[in-house]
Amino acid sequence: MTSTFKLSASALETLFAALSTGGWRILGPTETDGRVEVREVKNPSQVASQYLQSTLSAKEVAFPKVERLLSYKMTPGQVELQDHDPELQPTVLFGARPCEAAGFGVLDKVFNWDSRDKLFSARLRQLTVIGLSCTQADDACFCTSVGGGPGSTRGSDLLLTPLPKGGYLAEVLTAKGEALQALVPAVFEPAEGVDKEALLAKVEPVFDRAELTAKLPGLFASELWAEQSLRCLGCGACAFVCPTCACFDIQEEADTKQGQRLRLWDSCGLRQFTLHASGHNPRNVQAERWRQRVYHKFSYFPQRFGEAMCVGCGKCTRACPVDMNLKEHLTQASGA
Amino acid sequence: MDVLRNKARDLLAQGQVQVVIGYEAGTSGARRPSFARSEADAARLMWDADCVGNLAGYLTRPEIKKMGKAAIVANAATLRALLQLTAEHQLAEGAVLALVVTEEGAVLELSNAQAVTEQVATLPSSLSAADREKLERLMALSREERRAFWEQELQRCVKCYACRSSCPMCYCGSCTMDCNRPQWVPVASHELGNLEYHTVRAMHLAGRCVQCGECGRACPVGIPIHLLTCYAEESVRRQFGQPAGTSATLNYALGNFRPDDQESFIR
Amino acid sequence: MAERNPYLPYLMRVAKVTEEAPAVKTFRLEFMNPEEAANFEFFTGQFGLYSAFGEGESTFCIASSPTRKGYIECTFRAVGRVTSALATKEEGDIVGFRGPYGNLFPLDAWRGKNLLFIAGGIALPPLRSVIWNCLDRREEFENITVLYGARSVADLVYKHELQGWEGRSDIDLVVTVDPGGETADWTGKVGFVPTVLEQLAPASANTVAIVCGPPIMIKFTLPLLEKLGFGADSIFTTLENRMKCGHGKCGRCNTGESFVCKDGPVYTLAQLQNLPAEY
Repeated sequence: MTSTFKLSASALETLFAALSTGGWRILGPTETDGRVEVREVKNPSQVASQYLQSTLSAKEVAFPKVERLLSYKMTPGQVELQDHDPELQPTVLFGARPCEAAGFGVLDKVFNWDSRDKLFSARLRQLTVIGLSCTQADDACFCTSVGGGPGSTRGSDLLLTPLPKGGYLAEVLTAKGEALQALVPAVFEPAEGVDKEALLAKVEPVFDRAELTAKLPGLFASELWAEQSLRCLGCGACAFVCPTCACFDIQEEADTKQGQRLRLWDSCGLRQFTLHASGHNPRNVQAERWRQRVYHKFSYFPQRFGEAMCVGCGKCTRACPVDMNLKEHLTQASGA
Repeated sequence: MDVLRNKARDLLAQGQVQVVIGYEAGTSGARRPSFARSEADAARLMWDADCVGNLAGYLTRPEIKKMGKAAIVANAATLRALLQLTAEHQLAEGAVLALVVTEEGAVLELSNAQAVTEQVATLPSSLSAADREKLERLMALSREERRAFWEQELQRCVKCYACRSSCPMCYCGSCTMDCNRPQWVPVASHELGNLEYHTVRAMHLAGRCVQCGECGRACPVGIPIHLLTCYAEESVRRQFGQPAGTSATLNYALGNFRPDDQESFIR
Repeated sequence: MAERNPYLPYLMRVAKVTEEAPAVKTFRLEFMNPEEAANFEFFTGQFGLYSAFGEGESTFCIASSPTRKGYIECTFRAVGRVTSALATKEEGDIVGFRGPYGNLFPLDAWRGKNLLFIAGGIALPPLRSVIWNCLDRREEFENITVLYGARSVADLVYKHELQGWEGRSDIDLVVTVDPGGETADWTGKVGFVPTVLEQLAPASANTVAIVCGPPIMIKFTLPLLEKLGFGADSIFTTLENRMKCGHGKCGRCNTGESFVCKDGPVYTLAQLQNLPAEY
């Protein structure tokens, strides 16, 4: 259903104004002290102008770092359960990089593959993604090795590609995208003869994902994982910045009268993740936990869902305190 | 750099150490930890002004300990951490060989605590001038202003524990944060959970923090969390004396009792 | 239409508490909402997440048989935050339960076969559900043998039921305690489960073995069963990885391609041999 248009530089102001008037919440990348963070914005001038990536992914829009699943009240002989619904406000995520936008599709598979996750689904339903193609990339990027690309439309409802002389090429991709267009139809001008590919960053593929997936079962016992993970600190930075990492913890917070059950981000890289109360730990050393991270994303998930649990954004590499470079490690595994 | 590589190669070749922990080139010109176990590995080692990370935290990791005797390429903060770890009985005296590259490019071999102590005494503070200035600015704030500052900063915390994992002094096999009976600190990364985590961690590092700034560098969301531990360290130093990481003999202010303590409540 | 929140537990009243062994209790739980009770169905082998409100949830199997309606039973040892809180509950108290989750023991496929149950310590509960289920459908199966061992006589669970099985002619029960764990009046066997199994040397023809126990017992029992001629497809066991969600999302129980909470907890040895040993 793709139809391609041009937007002038000022069209965004019209769009943002219409969204605000219509009661939409707009989230976009902002820049504070050199940090790029996804926050609520009111107009395009608040959006970071030049940025490679936000540090944290935008997954929090659908999968918050702390989320109440339910609450309850306790009186003698009674427990009263309270269901929880997220506050629903139609939300536009503006300026999501194509890798980030693709991440929502992966999360959707995790949360809804078998039974449906009510809270996640409700948040995703109200979300419209305006993607922004990449015109620059860095050493951590490898989207083209995992089925994405700097101008990939996957996951975006509307994808903008910056034009050299200002303004954007706009691809309306879904019904949600059409709804945005219908808000401000006049700013969507006809576009012809624009070579989108020429506008994009060049990200050379460095490995073949399907080949890697086919190879991993045979590499399970390899020394490679212990070797790669020697410097790994065992923190959760990689998982917490990742647009597709969805592992979570459930924790109770209560006093004697009431309590709530919270869903929290968690990471397979943390020692506590699989630790039993008895002290037994199925993945007892960091090498096993690092291997689990790689295998979950590139072996187990693809076997179940036919795609990688990774969009090649490189956020993990940039966030890692000790430069655990995922692209480098996967390339190494591919060649092993 | 060649002097360092040659030294590492010789140490490994002669079996004096089984691993040299140092720095190598990483992504986009960054420096990252490296573990040279063979003469060929030694050729990867780097030394320059970008080698700012404190590698001492690896010395207490089981994977690294298993390798055998270690040499470690040490900057000033690493040396301080070595002393503090020795003082806290996490490293046996003489268990680690510290390699210090001098400004002239020579490599000093510091094989015991006394040699490290003497070297540390000649070095300026680990804290950069910029961090020193930020710390002084924080110290000049009122208690309310400081609290507001940290509440603002800690909003971004996602509890990935990179600060704890990167800290050479956070070597506990089982951390208070992970204790759930009782649940001292909420696991959730909400306002209270973040504040309690960082406060407790700073208190645990008061008098022990070697001010290497590793936690601040590790933070993926750019919280200058090292300023909190440095603050606690600075407070203890000013009130009780011995700075952490200057001696292999433990004189831990918050774990000692002196009959002539300046505070009346404890006497 | 309002979507159901899969994390909302059923409220259950503790109808009966049985002290089984030191720190081990069995709860009989009844649904507080009759409608939920009427719609509730489970299969033997499945598990649930039990809530101690105020402390959290813990995962363990349903230890009663699906042939016994109107209640579920669970047996647990107080080890962690939640199980310790559960252990303080008394008859009449309210706990939460969500489930059933996971796969099941394929009883229908076992029709006409001999069944050999081997359990150690606190791992009898998952098999108790199967054993009662099979006893309640007794005519469908050939010989039923149960080999159960615990560290000591005091550590044996379901002591009264063991006595009941002892007295039945349609089930062969062998109970053993580890050397040193016997009492003066102990009449059962003394020896580790694998040792006793070796002495029993059960025939493997037309027989499935269902094994649950601590890792050390499993480690020595499985090779022995293979030596006795049991095929890897005829040996069943359950995995007990940590879980938080129960429906294949939180990632905690992920082992190889498998989510223990979805694809397990029941596995044949043949399946386990294709999974990494991360359990």
